[in-house]
Amino acid sequence: MTLSEIRGKKEPARRAGERPHPGPRLYVTIGVILALGEASEVAMFYAGLPQWPTVAVLVALMVVNFFMVVLWFMHLLFDNRFLSSLFVGGLVLTGALFVVVLATLGAGLF
Amino acid sequence: MEHAPAAERALETSTGIDNRKLLMWLFLASECLFFGSLIAAYLVYRGDHEVPCRAGDLAACVFPTDRTVNGVEYEGLFDIPFTSVSAFVLLMSSVSMVLSLAAIQRGDQRGFRVWLMTTALLGIVFVGGQAFEFTEFHEKGLSLGTNLFGTTFFVTTGFHGAHVTVGVLILLSLLVMSFRGRLGQAQSLHVELAGLYWHFVDVVFVVIFSLIYLLQP
Repeated sequence: MTLSEIRGKKEPARRAGERPHPGPRLYVTIGVILALGEASEVAMFYAGLPQWPTVAVLVALMVVNFFMVVLWFMHLLFDNRFLSSLFVGGLVLTGALFVVVLATLGAGLF
Repeated sequence: MEHAPAAERALETSTGIDNRKLLMWLFLASECLFFGSLIAAYLVYRGDHEVPCRAGDLAACVFPTDRTVNGVEYEGLFDIPFTSVSAFVLLMSSVSMVLSLAAIQRGDQRGFRVWLMTTALLGIVFVGGQAFEFTEFHEKGLSLGTNLFGTTFFVTTGFHGAHVTVGVLILLSLLVMSFRGRLGQAQSLHVELAGLYWHFVDVVFVVIFSLIYLLQP
């Protein structure tokens, strides 16, 4: 017997701080946007533009694709905020690690 | 005595979040650091492959992209069109994964199985592509010990491939559970957790594809 049953309540459909997840149509739309984003990245690689704009656009597209998956497909936009804090904490630590390692050992993105 | 389904066993927690989901997100946050370290190591050491080349060790003159060193032109290893297709396959597997979750959450078992099978197949295609790529690179002279580019490249992408393989095994076990009637709408959290892992593996490759394959010095 669950705690909810002991208390005479039904299990809530959604837990605290959660919003309903989007439907299949939005998922497919996001999938199309992700595919276009990746195609743009490959196009930038072959465009032969100067290094700075290429790096800036590639990194920007990478970040957009990353967060589109995390926010919509992994439902971070709809789930409890605490989960977002947890994951963003990991990302911030990773970013700090990146900066420290690259700066200390004299490497860069290009 | 029969056990209650997982969703029914879920107790109320002080955070309001299911502990299993909380643990998965904590694990994924730690995985960020794991892959972040590997990618940073690759970015630091990828340039060091030119050192043995300058010293005259031709066997170590293997480069990610076309390069001219000391007036000698070398053909790069990376096959960007091929890896782009692999990246696209993994990206689309994320779409099918989230569609399988949506299907089981509305009680559509058939839709769930079709989308989950699609996801597993796309994952297998990705892993197959990576095995082909590794074999090609090995035949062209790049191995774990050739130079620091080889070491950091194989370790980073190899660990990612291992994660995808584990993901495929998780998806296939979910399929088996579904066919045995042990995975219904009430147990959709299992699919959600597997989905979180799968999407994470996908976003890691989004980063690997951009920073390792496309951004070249």
